[in-house]
Amino acid sequence: MVQNIIDVSNLSKSFDISIKEPGLNGTIKHFFKRQRKSLKVIKDISFEIKEGEIVGFLGANGAGKTTILKMLCGLIYPSEGSILVSGYLPFRRNENFLKNITLIMGQKQQLIWDLPPIESFYLNASIYDLDMFEAKRRIKKLSEMLEIDEELFIPVRKLSLGQRMKSELLAALIHEPNILFLDEPTLGLDINAQRNLRKFLQKYNKETNATICLTSHYMKDITSLCKRVICVHEGSISYDGKLDLLLKKLSPVKEILIVCRTEKDAIKIENCGFTVKNKIKNEITIIIENNSITSTLKTILNKFDIEDLFINEPPIDEIIGKILIKKDYDI
Amino acid sequence: MNLKKYLKVYAKFLHTSLASELEYKTNILIDLITAILSLIGSIFLLSIFFQNNGSIGGWEFKEALIIQGIYTILNGITNTWFNPNLTEIVKHIREGTLDFVLLKPIDSQFFISLKKINPSGFLEIMLGFFLLFFCIRINQINLNLNFLTLSLITISCSICILYSLWFFISTSTIWFVKTWNAIEVLRSFLYIGRFPLNSFSFSLRIFFSVIIPIAFITTIPSEVFLGLSQFWKILLEINIATIFLITSRKFWLFALKFYSSASS
Repeated sequence: MVQNIIDVSNLSKSFDISIKEPGLNGTIKHFFKRQRKSLKVIKDISFEIKEGEIVGFLGANGAGKTTILKMLCGLIYPSEGSILVSGYLPFRRNENFLKNITLIMGQKQQLIWDLPPIESFYLNASIYDLDMFEAKRRIKKLSEMLEIDEELFIPVRKLSLGQRMKSELLAALIHEPNILFLDEPTLGLDINAQRNLRKFLQKYNKETNATICLTSHYMKDITSLCKRVICVHEGSISYDGKLDLLLKKLSPVKEILIVCRTEKDAIKIENCGFTVKNKIKNEITIIIENNSITSTLKTILNKFDIEDLFINEPPIDEIIGKILIKKDYDI
Repeated sequence: MNLKKYLKVYAKFLHTSLASELEYKTNILIDLITAILSLIGSIFLLSIFFQNNGSIGGWEFKEALIIQGIYTILNGITNTWFNPNLTEIVKHIREGTLDFVLLKPIDSQFFISLKKINPSGFLEIMLGFFLLFFCIRINQINLNLNFLTLSLITISCSICILYSLWFFISTSTIWFVKTWNAIEVLRSFLYIGRFPLNSFSFSLRIFFSVIIPIAFITTIPSEVFLGLSQFWKILLEINIATIFLITSRKFWLFALKFYSSASS
């Protein structure tokens, strides 16, 4: 049986924030006497993550995804509740715990700006107490997986964003952690760089059985990497479960575009009682529920002379967009 | 604490920061010229003060040069280690890159205090030592083991006090976010350290000894050089340095509990 590697129960986090009224008066008031307010950004959440799982955290900006990630890796103290990661209390930042995890943030970098990435790798290797031989072996293995070579010897400031992100990943993985916290790792990358990064993460997960917790606003990252998603809405969990179940629930229908040989056939299909989205000459688009796709397609193919047929999924971004603004999903 | 690991990491820190700095040769050259001109300027200023008075606060010019020598060494240490690292804490906290430091299996205070070095500060340290050797000759100081031990202890204590003061201010960034002004004030106070404590009025002497112990930093080691040191003063400096170091450590660990990291 696969064990839980992350256990979170009744976790809450509050931040003290100061509120400023607009205008000069507000600024003067704010300077002399700050109005403070406690803001609960994470509200009593509980979940478990099993070893080797890839879990995506979904939510609108400010929903609390990054705060959860930062509490899981021990950067922020929780206000209430408990967290156990790999058997450790993260905020104690025990040395063995830190050797087990890594945090990669798409918008922040740890590489030394003026030097080639290889120098940062060696520095990290010494911090993780790796000998030179082992460090070189790991750098070789990871650079092959990430498909970087010459870039290792070019100053970071001269690398493209994609090359830099790959180097950031290598720097963050040199100690072979078994839990990866990724906060928008593909931010700002072009489509090819995003795809390469996803491919690498899939491979890394498969080869090392590492657990991956990921936040991203690029839906492709979530759909191609995560079987399970945790949706966060205003600090609470609105859904925790399989991604495909959620998608089915939110989008129970598919669109089928049928290209008939003649317009007559298209009219016949229109009169068969299907829900028609639109009809242009010999092309007709009908909407079918997911559970009756096979039977409907059989009927159409048997009855009519069809030239071509396309099954379209509703755009994933639209579906996920619904998740970000809804509070609860009972599936 | 694994000493071997920390030495290995420090060797890497030295290597990477030297390599980074050497990328900008002109900058290093300008820093080196600035260090030489700054020392010449300070000695010139000091000589103006002593032009009409044989002594200030009981210190003659050749004795006051010892203070200048110690100040130059400390300023060199400040420019080599404290300035590049401790001002970086403010940046780390504002931009949230402290996250990377805190998630490394190494002491975070060690990491942020020693990661960088500015090689041009080395010249200042060397110039300070040259000036001190010159002062030893002109003041006819007897170089014996007792003198060397006490000098080493008092200068080390001065470094600890200076580091702790700077570290306190930088750490407070966790609450106040911007503390550059406070660091500038501290740097301005450091200039006070170029003059003997006795040359100030009683109230200022109390302020610079008790409230902000800047004067201790240079005056007590200088008194050791001149054989004027009193045992209680050395003991007091050791105590102050120990208290400051321990408090700065505890303050850092306490402050980290309030670190909320920058938003992404």
